[in-house]
Amino acid sequence: MALYSEKVMDHFRNPRNLGVLEDANAIGEVGNAKCGDIMKMYLKIEDDVVKDVKFETFGCGSAIASSSMATEMIKGKPLSEVEKLTNQAVTEALDGLPTHKIHCSVLAEQAIKSALEDYRKKI
Amino acid sequence: MIYADNAATTKMSDAAIEIMIKHMKENYGNPSSLYEFGQQAKEILEAARRDVAGIINAKPEEIYFTSGGSEADNQAILSAAELGKKQGKKHIISSAFEHHAVLHTLEKLKKQGFDITLLDVHEDGLVRPEEVAAAIREDTCLVTIMYANNEIGTIQPIKEIGAICREKKVIFHTDAVQAIGHVPVNVQEENIDMLSSSGHKFHGPKGTGFLYVKKGIALANLIEGGSQERGKRAGTENVPGIAAMAEALKEICDNMVENTAHIQAVRDKIISGLAEIPHSVLNGDAVKRLPSNINFCFEGIEGESLLLLLDDKGIQASSGSACTSGSLDPSHVLLAIGRVHDVAHGSLRLSLGEDITETDANYIIKSVKEVVEHLRSFSPVWRDLTTGKAKHLI
Repeated sequence: MALYSEKVMDHFRNPRNLGVLEDANAIGEVGNAKCGDIMKMYLKIEDDVVKDVKFETFGCGSAIASSSMATEMIKGKPLSEVEKLTNQAVTEALDGLPTHKIHCSVLAEQAIKSALEDYRKKI
Repeated sequence: MIYADNAATTKMSDAAIEIMIKHMKENYGNPSSLYEFGQQAKEILEAARRDVAGIINAKPEEIYFTSGGSEADNQAILSAAELGKKQGKKHIISSAFEHHAVLHTLEKLKKQGFDITLLDVHEDGLVRPEEVAAAIREDTCLVTIMYANNEIGTIQPIKEIGAICREKKVIFHTDAVQAIGHVPVNVQEENIDMLSSSGHKFHGPKGTGFLYVKKGIALANLIEGGSQERGKRAGTENVPGIAAMAEALKEICDNMVENTAHIQAVRDKIISGLAEIPHSVLNGDAVKRLPSNINFCFEGIEGESLLLLLDDKGIQASSGSACTSGSLDPSHVLLAIGRVHDVAHGSLRLSLGEDITETDANYIIKSVKEVVEHLRSFSPVWRDLTTGKAKHLI
């Protein structure tokens, strides 16, 4: 059996929404290089909807896949839904993660929460 | 497929496989049985012992077959500790970047009241003999320093350390798992009292290994039972495996000179190629290292994603990143040579086999460059480094 599910490998090999969003109005960054994972999410929020999202990640395969999947799950969604995104939902959408990699999905949830906090501070 | 993880394990040699199958089919007798069929198996075992002993310049009765390197390390260290305890000597000297088979055994002894000194291995990954000499005390019962490091491949000044231990009458053990079959080892010339080795690191079968113990040093048993291995390691001997290990060792040692010249040339080509990657660093001394070992850190990326993408390109390698070990900390070896966490996470180890080619080398260089560049292109750490928000560490 492979280390990761096919979903994880697909998002790792072909990350969705990769890069920097120049006109982002909500940016969240979590993790630290010492622990080996950093996720940065760039959101463009308009009328309480995530119009666009991009990410940058330093980390292992599951960290990259978790951020990619999380951006897919919030793109075009109203903030009321985005706020409710949990790490379990990200993990499930990836068809599971190895136990010691669950923290990668937690980071993805936290990165989005951190971006929303950043947005609220600005408005 | 380019298998570049020979420090993890090696492909078995065809000759060793043949010998193993032959003995499984034809010589399945128990070496402890007195009838001729059993005694034939005994002779196969003793021939293997003579072969192994001859290669490291030991006497056959100084070789004990084990299940591998970890068992040999455990038995050697616990035996020396037992001898020390009887004389009231409970101090052991080792190094910070030993294999866990050594470090965890020392941890166990620490809980039993032993005092452990772990020597610094410096940025070049080399233990200083004078620091060994300075660390030896009246109550030191053992010095255990690995022959060559399993991650960064640095070859330690074993002969000099051995001479110091002889002079101070302290037992000297070396974990030579990565060295045997790859560099010449001579226990007499190098003043080695105990040495651990593992069969699957030199194209022998997994589950085989040996411990060399200089005559006069009493071994303590890890496994109680029958009188196999001079009463020091109970359990019916793995005759086919041991014979295959001896065969693989003979084969690799017979070809050591040509192997070394070839692998080392390819290694140096890859090292020069990877050194062209900006903000990369070779871990461990460039000269005093195993002919097959390449270990780099690349800033701004994480090792596991590097390995997965190299695997996609058909290259099997390894990393000291925390993510590959299942713990939060990166490799203790890289931390021991002073790499900070941020940098240690981005490590890559390539350990070459004898069949590596120049074409493979070019492909490896090209692939690693591509993957590092790709991962850096969306790494927030790399962005901070390149925009001046953070300072480069390497």
